[in-house]
Amino acid sequence: MWRRPFLWLILAVSLAFVLVPYLTDDVQLREGLLLAAVYVILASSLNLMIGYAGYVNFGNIVFFGLGGYVCVFLVSEWHWPLVPSAILAGVAVSAVALLFGLGILRLRGAFFALATIGINEAVRQLVTNFEPWGGATGIYLSFDAYEPLGGPMQALWTSYFLVVGVMALSLLASFAIKRSKFGLGLIAIGQNEDAAATLGVPTPRYKALVYSASAFLPAVAGGIYFFKSGIIEPGAAFNLGLSIEAIVMVMLGGQGTVIGPAVGAFLYEELRGALLVAEAFSNFQLVIAGVLLLVIVLFVPGGLMGFVHRRWPKARSWLE
Amino acid sequence: MIAILASVLDGVLVGAVYGLAAMGLTLIWGVMNVINLAHGALTVFGMFALYFLASVLGLPPYSAVPIAIVAGFVCGVVLYWIAVHRIIGRPELMSLLATFAVNMVLIGVGTALWTTSPFNVPVTLPGFTWQGYTFTGTHIMAAVLAGVLAGLLYLFLHHTRVGKAIRAVAQNREAAELSGIPTKQILSMAFGLGVALAAVSGTLIATMFPFTMLSGEAYQLKSFVVTVLGGLGNPAGALLGGIALGLVEGLSTPFMPVSWIPILEFGLFVFCLMAFPRGIFALSKG
Repeated sequence: MWRRPFLWLILAVSLAFVLVPYLTDDVQLREGLLLAAVYVILASSLNLMIGYAGYVNFGNIVFFGLGGYVCVFLVSEWHWPLVPSAILAGVAVSAVALLFGLGILRLRGAFFALATIGINEAVRQLVTNFEPWGGATGIYLSFDAYEPLGGPMQALWTSYFLVVGVMALSLLASFAIKRSKFGLGLIAIGQNEDAAATLGVPTPRYKALVYSASAFLPAVAGGIYFFKSGIIEPGAAFNLGLSIEAIVMVMLGGQGTVIGPAVGAFLYEELRGALLVAEAFSNFQLVIAGVLLLVIVLFVPGGLMGFVHRRWPKARSWLE
Repeated sequence: MIAILASVLDGVLVGAVYGLAAMGLTLIWGVMNVINLAHGALTVFGMFALYFLASVLGLPPYSAVPIAIVAGFVCGVVLYWIAVHRIIGRPELMSLLATFAVNMVLIGVGTALWTTSPFNVPVTLPGFTWQGYTFTGTHIMAAVLAGVLAGLLYLFLHHTRVGKAIRAVAQNREAAELSGIPTKQILSMAFGLGVALAAVSGTLIATMFPFTMLSGEAYQLKSFVVTVLGGLGNPAGALLGGIALGLVEGLSTPFMPVSWIPILEFGLFVFCLMAFPRGIFALSKG
């Protein structure tokens, strides 16, 4: 297994993410990389649905938000430590996703895409009205919550390392799934669902499983992210805009590839940061992202990795 | 009892406008299998059309209605050739993403120009009072106009050459092309018509409620609910679906806190998608 160059690549990138900000003690760089890592997690998980199974999920962010809520609730009300809370959040949200999935995965194409928007909005409105989770104002963490991790300063670093760990896991998962029988079945579903079913791919089970799998890591990441922020409220947790930005990242890097979504997420974060800082563009950040997306969709539907794979076919053998 | 009746009636009036908005969405879906995710943003541009014509230029408010239709149509045709034409017949992901990209650009430009602060266009029309409940003139006028426009759309689709061509393309594009219908032009006109409906419904909504650059998203989601209730691709169903949504909103207002209504709507939406994917009013298409 360790002969695969790709695994060393994940290890090297993760180490760079951990070491560079830690050794330079650059907090600003750390915050930027944290956001990039969260984007990589969201994009890679979304890629399981969009790139492999060919189902457009506009509401993937619902898992991120729900995971955040479960985790922050456990930490703040039940005084659980961070790591078990985040893991429980992931498990709980995956279970919920499995339930949702069994319902809405009977829909195909555009109907499924619309239903995912509906689910995100319904959950957001439900949480806005759910008093134990603070309703519209959300939950604030007190400083005491950070004491078990050695105070707020240390907790920020710990959260960051955990997010980088989850990022490595998400890449590993998307690699392992692609090389498994399960992944092959998913790609068959993406190409022609009826044909796949005829050839013996258990399509309903695979679809529900991948929907649930695409929920797990975003939920864990959401837990750590909102723990780090110290506040969670419905608008930030179930932000449909971020969900769709994740689709832009997947498309930018190349849907269906393992590295593509991660590269797309990283590039998108850097681009967004640069545009927000630049005086002339800060108002037009959305416009530029939109034009970028339109150009990719119309002219380079394979994304960056699609281009690389076409240009250098041999690269494929060691990138995946 | 009368209170409930009054809120139901008002719900139906507003619902007719939701129906008009959803008709644009469902027409485009029915003709070219594209879900126009820029629908909400285009609705908002219709709202701003009212603001500029009535509040800034001082024209009578309802003069914005024909202007919104014409401008919306032209915008729609242009958008079709820029963003939609290349993705006709490609996987759904592509059309969803392309129209969403247009949405991002429109909202980005709009917020840069007009910020996200709320706008309100005061339109005064005499309403009428019945048993102590007042029905605002703007709501009645909007519902009447929505009904008239829906009727005109029906006449256009069924009794003009272009309208018949649009329906032919919706049924079978290859066969239409073989019969000598210039399908590309027809598709662009259908898209323009859908956008015109979105824009004019925005204008009508703006006569009733205050709005911001970002209100489009809420109305777009309502349009989805309506189209799903009425059956995707079915303009007549959309009007009924809109009225049904208005009824649900009107009926539930006296019984539950306002913040719970969206949950009801989206619950209904997901439920209808799964239980009745062809719409509750599964009338024949067109």
